[in-house]
Amino acid sequence: MSTAANVRPAHEEVVEDATGARIASASELGVFATLRRGVQMSPQILDGIWVTLLLAVAAALGRVVVPIAVQQTLDTGILPEDGPDTGRVALLVGVAAAVLVVAGLCSAFVNVRLFRSTEAGLAALRVRAFRHVHDLSVLTQNTERRGALVSRVTSDVDTISLFVQWGGIMLLVSILQIGVATVLMSVYSWQLTLVVWACFIPLFLVLRPAQRRVNVAYTAVRARVGAMLGAISESVVGAETIRAYGAAGRTGRRIDAAVESTRSAMVRAQKLVALVFSSGVLVANLVLSVVVVVGTMLGIGGGLSTGELVAFLFLVQLFTGPVQMATEILNELQNAVAGWRRVLAVVETPVQVADPGPGGVRTPRGPAHVRLEGVRFAYPGGPEVLHGVDLDFPEQTSVAVVGQTGSGKTTIAKLVTRLMDPTAGRVLLDGTDLREISGTNLRERVVLVPQEGFLFDGTLAENIAYGTRGTALGGGDRAESADGATTVTPGSALDDRIVEAVAELGLTDWVADLPDGLRTDVGQRGEGLSAGERQLVAIARAYLAEADLLVLDEATSAVDPATEVRIARALDSLTAGRSTITIAHRLSTAEAADLVVVVDQGEVVEVGPHVELARAGGVYAAMHASWVAQTR
Amino acid sequence: MPVPGSTHDRAHHRTRNGTTPAATSNDSSATREGRTRPGGHGLTGSRLRRSAQLIGRGLRAEWRIYVLAIGSSALFGGVTVLMSQAIGQVTDSVVVPALAGDAEARSRIWVAGLVLAGIAVTLALTVAARRVFAGYGFANLQARHRTAVTHQYLRLPMSWHRAHPTGQLLSNANSDVEAATGVFNPLPFALGVVVMIVVAAVMLFRVDVWLACAALVVIPVAIVVNVVFQRYMSPAITRAQQLRAEVSDVAHESFEAALLVKSLGTEDREERRFAARADELRAANVRVGVVRAFFDPVIELLPSLGTLLVLGVGVVRIASGDVATGDVVTAAYLLTVMAVPVRAFGWVLGELPRGLVGYERISRVLDAGGILEPGTVHVPAGGAGAHVRVEGVGVDVRAGGRTITLLDGVDLDLAPGSTVAVVGPTGAGKTTLVSLLARLSDPTRGRVLLDGVDIRTVRPADLTSRVALVAQSTFIFEDSVRSNVTLADDGEAGAPSDEAVWAALRLAKVDEVVAHLPGGLDAPLGERGANLSGGQRQRLAIARALVRSPQLLVLDDATSAVDPRVEQQILAGLRSGTERGVAQPTVVMVAYRMSSVALADVVVHVESGRVVDVGTHDELLARDAGYRALATAYAQEADRRAAAAEDEIDEPHGIVEDDRATEEVAE
Repeated sequence: MSTAANVRPAHEEVVEDATGARIASASELGVFATLRRGVQMSPQILDGIWVTLLLAVAAALGRVVVPIAVQQTLDTGILPEDGPDTGRVALLVGVAAAVLVVAGLCSAFVNVRLFRSTEAGLAALRVRAFRHVHDLSVLTQNTERRGALVSRVTSDVDTISLFVQWGGIMLLVSILQIGVATVLMSVYSWQLTLVVWACFIPLFLVLRPAQRRVNVAYTAVRARVGAMLGAISESVVGAETIRAYGAAGRTGRRIDAAVESTRSAMVRAQKLVALVFSSGVLVANLVLSVVVVVGTMLGIGGGLSTGELVAFLFLVQLFTGPVQMATEILNELQNAVAGWRRVLAVVETPVQVADPGPGGVRTPRGPAHVRLEGVRFAYPGGPEVLHGVDLDFPEQTSVAVVGQTGSGKTTIAKLVTRLMDPTAGRVLLDGTDLREISGTNLRERVVLVPQEGFLFDGTLAENIAYGTRGTALGGGDRAESADGATTVTPGSALDDRIVEAVAELGLTDWVADLPDGLRTDVGQRGEGLSAGERQLVAIARAYLAEADLLVLDEATSAVDPATEVRIARALDSLTAGRSTITIAHRLSTAEAADLVVVVDQGEVVEVGPHVELARAGGVYAAMHASWVAQTR
Repeated sequence: MPVPGSTHDRAHHRTRNGTTPAATSNDSSATREGRTRPGGHGLTGSRLRRSAQLIGRGLRAEWRIYVLAIGSSALFGGVTVLMSQAIGQVTDSVVVPALAGDAEARSRIWVAGLVLAGIAVTLALTVAARRVFAGYGFANLQARHRTAVTHQYLRLPMSWHRAHPTGQLLSNANSDVEAATGVFNPLPFALGVVVMIVVAAVMLFRVDVWLACAALVVIPVAIVVNVVFQRYMSPAITRAQQLRAEVSDVAHESFEAALLVKSLGTEDREERRFAARADELRAANVRVGVVRAFFDPVIELLPSLGTLLVLGVGVVRIASGDVATGDVVTAAYLLTVMAVPVRAFGWVLGELPRGLVGYERISRVLDAGGILEPGTVHVPAGGAGAHVRVEGVGVDVRAGGRTITLLDGVDLDLAPGSTVAVVGPTGAGKTTLVSLLARLSDPTRGRVLLDGVDIRTVRPADLTSRVALVAQSTFIFEDSVRSNVTLADDGEAGAPSDEAVWAALRLAKVDEVVAHLPGGLDAPLGERGANLSGGQRQRLAIARALVRSPQLLVLDDATSAVDPRVEQQILAGLRSGTERGVAQPTVVMVAYRMSSVALADVVVHVESGRVVDVGTHDELLARDAGYRALATAYAQEADRRAAAAEDEIDEPHGIVEDDRATEEVAE
């Protein structure tokens, strides 16, 4: 049944060079590629874009019409030789006001439409990047601080929103306005129009390299904000350590340095932006003086009347306004691209322990049989820690893996649960290579309880229920509402099941002693509980998940002996029909296991039942003798 | 007449409109704890008053820079007016006569061009100066807020931290700061160009009072519009900032739980949880956007409508013969001058609601109480192990509206240099008890004395140099091994020498591990200490405590992931301190392994928050039944199992039939 065997000659092949993917600080894509990719990721941004664009053009035209109407009112209504024409003024003012209101409404609707589409697109981008972080391998996740990762789905995305909500469309409108103004100016004087364009050419030439620098500056700002959040997050998560060692001063200085580096990056970016923008202002105003001089020359030559020159000066404003606007938007674009690149860098990070997805093999539920064949493993950039391990974890068996610190025990646990893939060899579940099994199926069947069980801020019951599956409770009674929050209604079937599980694990007394029993709030990261208590929650949680194979990695290391013994006994009774693999220092676990595996320096040195190994006089016998001496 | 620069920095000032990054803030518990105290950082009074406070405090904090920024802006306003006047002048006195054939005027055209060019350069310089100074001011204010907030995080007690999600705190330091300072982006421009309003208004009144009134009617209308705007905007923006914090919170918590999520395969659930918050944030941002979408065009409309009104009123005034036609033209032109500052104020007003919300969210952190009052008594370090007395100590916490007692009536007297084991079932209050010894929190009742001095009165620096606590879960900083042990910067005065670090690592039995890391003491460690095993991390944390040569060493089950044999060696090493000429510290350890407990001079048995018994291991075994059950749990279990095995000796269940596994033992 193993298709894997055909594809991979087991033992020898080195599957992947475990250099370990890192999350890049920013994607390497160019500006246009970034925009294209960004819009691909958030197609909602383009929803109804044509209507929006049309409305934007109408709003912009309205803005042009009004100054012209004012000019007209003055010329034909107020200034005529024969005195002001009240009726005409009333008419013109009325029309202009109406146009103004319509244009205002258009621009309001443009704003609303843009907010709707871009917020939808950016929400999708956030979620996509968030999900990708979870899909990355554990080793890749560990290459970036959590605080900095958070910035990728929060402030980096926020940076994009400003440009897409406003800049993108205004850039198009500005270009359109520049075109319209050019045509209008040409009607009065094509020579002056050429002069105006000629004045702007140096600006356009300078703009490209300048924008590249702005881009670099903004990218630096984004990266430093990420680093700053990483430093702040460290100071908050490590609060207890910092207090216990009086390290607040130093931690404060580290944060200050990160804050200062963000500040100086912002100032640098702002200086460049100021330079670019004021260059635009300079050219726009210089153009006026050039037009006055050249226009007068042309006029003297007879090519232009005074009225035409004054009108032209007015039109030049319609031209330079959007040009200045465009330089500003281009700056904003660089900022958005900087944010986008940081988010895209996450999405582009290769998933090294990839879920084969829906095409993956679905192994049937039931007793799990795990086999390691010629498994080798090295952490990225490190020496090999497992040197060709062959192991068999028979179904319905409890196996204890023991060995010194650093012997490779935990690595075996991570490979069996496919938190990592071996650098060579393969791990089989019921004969199928783990790499070919669908992620959902694998997690249903194999569950790891790590040494430091993480608790969510919430109640004890919610934490225990986290990870329950519909199958376990019948009738799809999941501990989850539609929005992904875990909720446990007192008295529900789920609640009963939790109470039952707690009782089966012999933890009823402990729960009863807590301030609010199962409704006790565990606090941030479960810090309201002690490390041992957090482990109890993690065990109860795994117990409820009803996996076929439970892998416990030092899962009871901080629990008192009496409780540990109770739990071991409970897990023993539950393993009827299931398998457990326990990584442990405390050899009481090994005594109770059906089979003991002894690992030493990356190799399996002994396998057998406790009674046999204890008598065999080998590595295990020595370990066990010392354990007995220490504990009794 | 054309007015240059009517589009000045629209984009710049629109920065961070309501929906962009703002910050976050705290949940309701923050509100509860962080109630604004009189004299605190919170803004007080009416909205107008609070707005003025927000702006005033910022300007005062960076007043030098803002004088320059606003000055440049005022200069810009003046030069803009000058430019319009100059163009008018040039047209009237040079262009028109020149075209009419005036030779003298023709010769002046170059001069006119140079004057205009000079004004253009000045204008551009004022813009550049304003933008640069405004940029400095903005960045400096953000840095100030961030420094204040993060230093407060370092001061606030653990109880506060447990109630406030990390993600929210990140949001406070990031998007709330951005929100609180957003208004300072357009501010220098708006304040500077007030000059333009003043100039224009004065000139308007000199032209005609009625025309002036028609023109200035824009201002009260703008105020009314703004009041309406604020009413809709404030709740919308408050909600958006709150959700921004929640999104950050879910992301942080979920990323921290990454290993759990993977091992339980709950990626889909986490995605739904995050997507739900992200979608709420989207809706809130759209709501903010809709309000803003209408406010912005209305503010932009006002000056244009004002111009039309002036034309309407003007034609009536001309008809009645009160004003000349030229006056109306001048008034209309002056209004286009006024449009710039009116719009600029629109940007400031548009940012204000978000600024107030962000600032208040920051203030809640800055005003949060519960900081342990630092002591002032100087206690010189050094000397032998500390004498620890715990007198009538009790600890209560509030949970779900009730008061829960975690510890009660604890009295202990620990002799200098003794080794004390604290033993009890999981959840008995051991951690709470030992954390009082390092003053991670203060007891509700009673006191802890260190060599006869109440530790609440001891200077924090003295306390941390005398007492070191190694917690259950180890935290590794993203830094070198050396800095993780010394918790000091390289070369910092008073930092332990490399020899001292190696000695501590040796005592903690982790020196060989470090020696094998590439770079040794300089080897970088990841945030989660990913390149070390759990046991190695714990030993590094112990070295971190030992390098300080504390007089009181508190080990809160700090060796749970360490090999029992190694643990023995570490504890033995601590006790042999005297042989090395080092004074033996008093050691208080929470322990489970009887081998460790047996090393202790005294055992304290804790159950349900009370000390049940104190004595030697043997004494307690003899007289304390609860202790006996705990101490002999493994032995009893082994006996039970042995008995059970006898019963079913004929039917060994679950022993491997597959002989493959046994074969491999060979290798």
